[in-house]
Amino acid sequence: MSRTFLAYERPNGEIGIRNHLLIIPTVICSNQVCNRIMQMVPGTVAIPHQHGCSQIGADKTRTFEVLAGTGKNPNVGAVIIISLGCEVVDPIALAEEIRKTGKPVEVFDIQSIGGSVKAIAYGTELAKRMMTELEKQEKVPVPLNKLKVAVKCGGSDATSGLASNPALGAAADSLISEGGSIVIGETTEIIGAEHLLAERCVTPDISDRLYYMVSRFDKEVERMGADMRGGNPSPGNIAGGLSTIEEKSLGCISKCGKAPIQGVIEYAESIPENGLYFMDSPGNDIECVSGMAAGGAHIVCFTTGRGTPTGAAVVPVIKITGNKMTFQKMEDNMDVDVSDMLDGTASLEQAGERVWQEIVDVAEGKWTKAEVLGHQEFSINRIGPSL
Amino acid sequence: MEHVIEKGADALYMDERDHVATALRDMQAGESIHYRSAAGLQLITLIDPIPFGHKVAIAGIAFGQDVRKYGEVIGRAVVEIEAGSHVHVHNIEGIRGRGDLGTKEAAERA
Repeated sequence: MSRTFLAYERPNGEIGIRNHLLIIPTVICSNQVCNRIMQMVPGTVAIPHQHGCSQIGADKTRTFEVLAGTGKNPNVGAVIIISLGCEVVDPIALAEEIRKTGKPVEVFDIQSIGGSVKAIAYGTELAKRMMTELEKQEKVPVPLNKLKVAVKCGGSDATSGLASNPALGAAADSLISEGGSIVIGETTEIIGAEHLLAERCVTPDISDRLYYMVSRFDKEVERMGADMRGGNPSPGNIAGGLSTIEEKSLGCISKCGKAPIQGVIEYAESIPENGLYFMDSPGNDIECVSGMAAGGAHIVCFTTGRGTPTGAAVVPVIKITGNKMTFQKMEDNMDVDVSDMLDGTASLEQAGERVWQEIVDVAEGKWTKAEVLGHQEFSINRIGPSL
Repeated sequence: MEHVIEKGADALYMDERDHVATALRDMQAGESIHYRSAAGLQLITLIDPIPFGHKVAIAGIAFGQDVRKYGEVIGRAVVEIEAGSHVHVHNIEGIRGRGDLGTKEAAERA
């Protein structure tokens, strides 16, 4: 029997550690209306984005899946979808997809309602009513093994591979031993270390899929005729002591711990329960975290050496650093300091326990620094050209 | 990859196959610094200044040789590297994610 903690229970049996009213623009044209409603009604979260129109094929599907997945994320209690009325993302299909979770979903379009002013007024009234209902919901005891945690690193320096990533890996192993789920992503940042992850896949098929995802990305880089080092390692990574993508990757992978890999999933695909999974995703912080949130992660644990303020729209993001200077300089943004691993005064186990305790506290409602500061970054990964 | 970090060490060495150690503080050229390997405490004199988080060669590395950290290949040397030198983007290069190599080779074939 897994340990329990207090969280929201969703109609489909999932658990939520936050109770957001999410406002989704189906298209860039609805962003401003969504933002205005968010400003009018405290407790709502809008996810403005650049997409939803002039998109075809895989990109159109990806935008739909990320929006649907974010709406389905168990930290979201109710959803308002605001369409312009002529975009390629179908707002009714989106509402139906999110309603499969059993949560309340409302949808309307700006063209039918008569423009921005009327849409903001209508949406504000709707949001107030839905927030009032949402706030009545009480937390109940739920098992810890329902928790899904994503692991991510960004703004890496040499301390990431030496301290914060191994510490997060130890915490990831603690969640796995409780029966929970961990998801690791960043296909670009396992290049050069993919053989080590592939060895841990539970079947040869899963290992083949992992190699396929890496080679698919390698081919994209080749198609651009570029040296990946132009963007990764980033200038900040290089200043911090990292010299090649291989070196960065070898430091990156320790953040998912030592468990066997149970499966490999596509960007924004639903994260299965129990065990460690790999999600195909870019290293770009916001796009990667948005894909993990759309896959149903409750929390993102984010290690950083250089320091970054990044949060996410519907999931708390816990910042962990192994760089003492960064913790001191950016304490407003950093949640956990494991830099004492580097002077030998804390063991890997002690640092891992500190991260694990923070995960449990945040699951029980403690706000992360990114939440306190209102960081709600959101961005959808794009595949091809706009029309 | 074992994770035992010695109190008071100047640089961290991850695996017996490694050519580099990572500086745990800013270090000056000419300094003699300590790192611990399986054979015990090792002393090396620095040729270059090594900033915190950057790597120092703990053995000579030949031109074109694979360079190892964490016991794994992190790239190859683009010049001969002396023990005690700063190992960074000026003297090693990544082998992966190199679309530019693909196009050069393609251009040479054409």
